[in-house]
Amino acid sequence: MSFSRETDHGTPAAIATGKSVTLTIDGQSVTLPEGTSIMRAASLTGGSIPKLCATDSMDSFGSCRLCLVEVEGRNGYPASCTTPVAEGMVVRTQTERLKQLRRGVMELYISDHPLDCLTCGANGDCELQDQAGAVGLRDVRYGYDGATNMGQAKDQSNPYFDFDPSKCIVCSRCVRACEEVQGTFALTIEGMGFDSKVSPSQGEDFLGSECVSCGACVQACPTASLIEKSVVEVGTPDRAIVTTCAYCGVGCTFRAEMRGEELVRMVPWKDGKANRGHSCVKGRFAWGYAQHQDRILNPMIRASVSEPWREVSWEEAIAHTASEFRRIQGKYGTRSIGGITSSRCTNEETFLVQKLIRQGFGNNNVDTCARVCHSPTGYGLSQTFGTSAGTQDFDSVMQADVILVIGANPTDGHPVFASRMKKRLRQGAKLIVMDPRRTDLVKSPHVEAEHHLPLRPGTNVAMLTAMAHVIVTEKLYDEAFIRERCDWDEFTDWADFVSEAVRSPEAIEPLTGVKADEVRAAARLYATGGNGAIYYGLGVTEHSQGSSTVMAIANLAMATGNVGREGVGVNPLRGQNNVQGACDMGSFPHEFSGYRHVSDTATRALFEQAWGVSLDAEPGLRIPNMLDAATDGTFKGLFVQGEDILQSDPNTHHVAAGLAAMECVVVQDLFLNETANYAHIFLPGSTFLEKDGTFTNAERRIQRVRQVMAPLNGYADWEIVQLVANAMGLDWTYDHPAQIMDEIAALTPTFAGVHYDRLEAEGSLQWPANDAAPDGTPTMHIDGFVRGKGKFVVTDYVPTDEKTGPRFPLLLTTGRILSHYNVGAQTRRTANTAWHPEDRLEIHPSDADNRGLKDGDWVTLRSRAGETTLRALVTERVAPGVVYTTFHHPETQANVITTDYSDWATNCPEYKVTAVQVMASNGPSDWQRDYADQARTSRRIAPLEAAE
Amino acid sequence: MSDESEVMSTDIMSTGDRLIYMANQIARNLAAQRDADVQTAEHIRKYWTGAMRARLQELAAERPDALSPIAAQALRRIAV
Repeated sequence: MSFSRETDHGTPAAIATGKSVTLTIDGQSVTLPEGTSIMRAASLTGGSIPKLCATDSMDSFGSCRLCLVEVEGRNGYPASCTTPVAEGMVVRTQTERLKQLRRGVMELYISDHPLDCLTCGANGDCELQDQAGAVGLRDVRYGYDGATNMGQAKDQSNPYFDFDPSKCIVCSRCVRACEEVQGTFALTIEGMGFDSKVSPSQGEDFLGSECVSCGACVQACPTASLIEKSVVEVGTPDRAIVTTCAYCGVGCTFRAEMRGEELVRMVPWKDGKANRGHSCVKGRFAWGYAQHQDRILNPMIRASVSEPWREVSWEEAIAHTASEFRRIQGKYGTRSIGGITSSRCTNEETFLVQKLIRQGFGNNNVDTCARVCHSPTGYGLSQTFGTSAGTQDFDSVMQADVILVIGANPTDGHPVFASRMKKRLRQGAKLIVMDPRRTDLVKSPHVEAEHHLPLRPGTNVAMLTAMAHVIVTEKLYDEAFIRERCDWDEFTDWADFVSEAVRSPEAIEPLTGVKADEVRAAARLYATGGNGAIYYGLGVTEHSQGSSTVMAIANLAMATGNVGREGVGVNPLRGQNNVQGACDMGSFPHEFSGYRHVSDTATRALFEQAWGVSLDAEPGLRIPNMLDAATDGTFKGLFVQGEDILQSDPNTHHVAAGLAAMECVVVQDLFLNETANYAHIFLPGSTFLEKDGTFTNAERRIQRVRQVMAPLNGYADWEIVQLVANAMGLDWTYDHPAQIMDEIAALTPTFAGVHYDRLEAEGSLQWPANDAAPDGTPTMHIDGFVRGKGKFVVTDYVPTDEKTGPRFPLLLTTGRILSHYNVGAQTRRTANTAWHPEDRLEIHPSDADNRGLKDGDWVTLRSRAGETTLRALVTERVAPGVVYTTFHHPETQANVITTDYSDWATNCPEYKVTAVQVMASNGPSDWQRDYADQARTSRRIAPLEAAE
Repeated sequence: MSDESEVMSTDIMSTGDRLIYMANQIARNLAAQRDADVQTAEHIRKYWTGAMRARLQELAAERPDALSPIAAQALRRIAV
């Protein structure tokens, strides 16, 4: 793709009313939707009205006065951005009088603007410059000797962009972007008249303000006042390629804007259906890891983990990998090895890894990181609805009337979607938050939850069942929907169960700690407030009853008829960029792509015919089972692509023991991650910028990942897997990921219509995409559930076995923060560390006081599984008795603390409930010191021997 | 809440103990279903490897009281 700016129609599309009007613009008759602005109408018909304060991502503002037009029969010169079209209207956009007026306006702007275009970072990419040319400005009559705003100090505090007030024209686009697009309200216009200037928070610098560095203001700025540092350093881009972000399950699409082979900036793509032109600090700015000096670019091997790494050729590394895996199988049996697919890699790469294991290893010992995040979603929604995915697209939230957020912190974990949700809330939708923490959604500028249910960690099922109790006993359920769409007998069984007095809000109040009245009010609001939409995250799944909680959520949605149309539904907010895709592609040990069990003879026959081998009908090992089998001596080899189980999985001691017991651990990754400390073979991976493929986001939306630069390591990840497969005797001949997708489509009914040419044509497709749904499926279960009748499942509350007591009186829950992603391997290697340089332990002031702790003190965090040290953050965001931390930094290793307790159905770890004690500390724990030493030793790379 | 001394620390749980724990946990969570033993058996059959199921059978023979009644009945169904 060559470089061209995306068309900016100046104002957003009109809200659809179904009516249209016909008018004349510059002699041309046009018919457009009612409510369209004259500016947009002119743009849609090929014209262009000069503008500065208008942009089509925000409502019109009408301040710059550059877009004046003439309308027959009306006095004066109305602003075209704020004037809607009307039936029979006759508009002139180019007249001599308008030219004079516009030149006069532009003259005033330029009289207070530095004329340093040739040395300005935005030269050639500046709307002010363009518009000065468009209006024919040739001179400024006022001179430059009077008072000006030039020469003001730049704010360069943000690591990714600069703010130069001298170049600001006070058009308010940045302020409005922060409000309307991002919803943070961090910017304002300070002062009056000539002294007006953009100000982050209350006169703070950008870094110290509430700014979340989403980049919306930079994107909106029509001058160089807000500009990416990378543009200043590298220059303006000369080509752009649309690709998909590799952070989080929102799946934002970006224009990767390049100058030659160098990436200049990532700009959110307006046509992206997941992000609608918005971004967050990670996707927009935190891509520097791709060229970080820590990247390993040459394959390495070693005989034992106590030895330094030895760089070898790709040929030697691949041959050694194949030989080791075959040796182990020869010695310990076919099922003694397995692999882990990556939710950060593409669908095609993930499909190939599970194919390598099933076809090449000859077993089903394949698992994926969804094991530790959303495996209960797969189980729970499959049981109740019949498919393992969320029901809606992101646009659906704009039709929701009541939004119930359970165990999710979207402003940190899924920030671009959170911005849309907040927009809907500002429009008047009601919000219920069920979360032990007072997350930003509970109360932030112009958003406040109607009900916050700060339940005790581990009591989700009791809480949701109590809500069901209210809905059933007060007869708030949708009987017509249930009778038509669900199994009525199963409903009555469930209704009888939840109606029992022991499940009332009053009865469970001692368990959850939430006032019964509040629970009743929340249940009534969800059931009767119009379109009810549930969004949930890992606070639902990462519990010993994660699967039960997902089913309890599905029960609520079915009981209230909130499934099968826009504005409602059950929406898991997926964590990693391709965790949905990794699950879809057959990464679980019990099922092939498309969620078909390995014991199903017909499905197995399909794959056997395609792959030319006999396939194992027995489910394989899940990750924790692999680690158990390793310590038992029956599991000896592991291939790990793009995951860091030592840092991300629970009970680090258990993971380390399992890895240490294996004879061959192969890690394919960008960096020597923590798992690689126990690896014998390291295969360098490639970044999302360096390969082609697809990711599938939380909406089931399949989007293209496009190569924008050559892989620094020499190969895309799918090519490396193919090399390993062929070294193991398989005969793979893929030349391009499109061929892999063709194979996926041929073998997976829900992907049958997914091919690269369709993706190019449509931009994206949401599965199922097949003959029954050629254009994909934005909303699921419209005419009926995938499984036929929706299934109500009785979900009894079973308390976790992880108990607090005198030695461990507090409950630890873990999570993530906006600026970091998962184990931090990528974001820690960017300037995002400016916001979060270390994991901190959030503790309530009363718990801190009881322990004599102050904000910033070093504390020991101890559980039955282990202990670590980190600094305290004293805050009322957490309730008394609850502490919270993130797991982004290996120096902390929060998962030394978490235990092996897991979801009953899927073994998803119970990250959200660990009984702990917190006490003052003088420094790192013994384990931290030992681990740091071990990691340092393990990462040694032997110097290359000189050639003789 | 019970004292922590009543609960086994998970990091010292042997693989055998863990299999028994998992089977009992599945049974406990399905106990409210009409056919809890059938569903427990189906779950273990569907998601556990053959080696894990075989090991559980051995453990049940060695330690007949370790499994809950529902889990034990489920295991008998798996054996059929």
